Amino acid sequence: MHIKTISMKYYDKLIFELSRPGRKGYELPADNFGTDGMADIPADLKRTEPLDLPEVSELDVVRHYTNLSNKNFGVDTGFYPLGSCTMKYNPKINEEVAIMPEFSAVHPLQPAESAQGALELYYNLQQALSNIAGLAEFTLNPYAGAHGELTGLMVMKHYHRSRGDEKRTKVIVPNSAHGTNPASAMVAGFQVVEVKSKPNGSIDVEDLKPLLDDTVAGIMMTNPNTLGMFETEIVEIAKLVHDAGGLLYYDGANLNPLLGKVRPGDMGFDIMHINLHKTFSTPHGGGGPGSGPVGVAEHLVEFLPNPRVRKNEEGKFYVDFGKDSLGSVSTFLGNFGVMMKAYAYILTLGKENLKNVGPLATLNANYIKESLKDDYLLPIEGVCKHEMVFDGLKDKSTGVTTLNVAKRLLDYGFHAPTIYFPLLFHESMMIEPTETESLETLDEFIDVMHKVAKEAHETPDEVKNAPLTTLVRKLDETGAAKNPILTYKALKNA
Amino acid sequence: MSKIIEGLRYADSHEWVKLEGDIATVGITDYAQHALGNIVYVDMPEVGDEVVAGEDFGAVESVKAASDLISPVSGEVVEINEALEDAPELINEDAFENWIMKVKVSDTDVIDELLDAAAYAKICEE
Repeated sequence: MHIKTISMKYYDKLIFELSRPGRKGYELPADNFGTDGMADIPADLKRTEPLDLPEVSELDVVRHYTNLSNKNFGVDTGFYPLGSCTMKYNPKINEEVAIMPEFSAVHPLQPAESAQGALELYYNLQQALSNIAGLAEFTLNPYAGAHGELTGLMVMKHYHRSRGDEKRTKVIVPNSAHGTNPASAMVAGFQVVEVKSKPNGSIDVEDLKPLLDDTVAGIMMTNPNTLGMFETEIVEIAKLVHDAGGLLYYDGANLNPLLGKVRPGDMGFDIMHINLHKTFSTPHGGGGPGSGPVGVAEHLVEFLPNPRVRKNEEGKFYVDFGKDSLGSVSTFLGNFGVMMKAYAYILTLGKENLKNVGPLATLNANYIKESLKDDYLLPIEGVCKHEMVFDGLKDKSTGVTTLNVAKRLLDYGFHAPTIYFPLLFHESMMIEPTETESLETLDEFIDVMHKVAKEAHETPDEVKNAPLTTLVRKLDETGAAKNPILTYKALKNA
Repeated sequence: MSKIIEGLRYADSHEWVKLEGDIATVGITDYAQHALGNIVYVDMPEVGDEVVAGEDFGAVESVKAASDLISPVSGEVVEINEALEDAPELINEDAFENWIMKVKVSDTDVIDELLDAAAYAKICEE
């Protein structure tokens, strides 16, 4: 007997394509009220055509999403060295904790006395983050990193405004910064001023000095910087900015290598956000919502967004609304489930193990950097922190680009690194292994990277046409950018 | 090796200028289109807009990155290359043939401050 196997990997249907009129996986109870619920809705607010929802059975739904999930690549399936994203392992105990009904079933409007446990968790997590960051207090309300940036910049604005210092309209951003920094500053109503970086990505202090005057509200920085190098002149930069009356904002995107070793507050930063979904092991990148807590130094605490969780003298927790607060940035207290996962991560590691995160992430990154620099062009020598940037293959004569290498890695079962960012180099390839990968995985990745470099010489066309073994081959990126098909309707009409 | 044309003027931000009378034709260089890769969108100014030397007048988006266009001259935009609206990839085909805008320049002397072909070639080598 010949059995034909069809890998379910090749499943490529949309749920809408499974739809058959009248098919359903539910049964609603009979109407016991006998009233027309639509009667009170004005005619002009009523939908004129039926909603285009898929009509499918329960089994259809289960198979569809299970098959789709099998096509996914995540940290649970393989190595994911996406620079600047800190794709570390998300421990499963975090998930167990987050779905405990004692927390997940709490209603946000329920009286504080009946939700003491949830409020205590919020309070304890903000305290833990404050200790880790060397700052006075955190709000956990912002939903994601960019939302945290916006919130932090609003704190900056309220601080200057509270002093009647309205002329501070500029925010300084390094030209190597993550794109969200200037974007957040613009959204917060600031004018963005670029400061040059030196060849190693560090801020050029001499270029910074003339920019600092009484129109500068503050500066946004990451440390380590976008090239994964520690800003050794941070103390001087902090002094210069503070002397000019500005504040320092720390983008927590690159916090991982500093965990337990250096605290942003001690470096002179006044405001920061943390991506719980990077540094504190909660899923991200399609894997779940983010959370971007914002911490501030003592003199900015009053401006933090509402609501806030406080503890009274009897040890009871309550929700407070500060009168000098910048207002609300979220409904209720933010993405609570994400906070639970981050809290579980901090408690399961404990103070001592948390201190090993930064050094191990740094060790792994340097191991990869040193192992690959014979084949890949390393523009900046020296010890990096959690990630490194290569400027493509060392030998450019083969015509094999960073994009080709990234696609070829997919054939070998690795997720591609971040490519063509930062813009400081033409062929940027940004690799961040994180502390959770074993030596064996790192070695496997290094072997494959060497292999691809060798292929670039011997069979360059194969590398240029990669990926060769994946479900979907090389994509038409130009076509996707120029003529995107984003809805089922558009696909039907295409 | 990227193409550089003699007789044109260049900005270190990789735009080229061709001055005829007081009309400057502006585009991006072959080196720039190479570095950007497949161009998918050109954000152009409108006819009648004032552009200022050293400030951005639009942007080019490729599959790799979005990059600001920096005007090498000051003046009023008198024409834009409308063909780029539907076919931005023309720049990849020939960056010098497919200009982006024409500007009636307020001060033609500024052109002398821009780089000549040899000086620009040097920048591209670095």
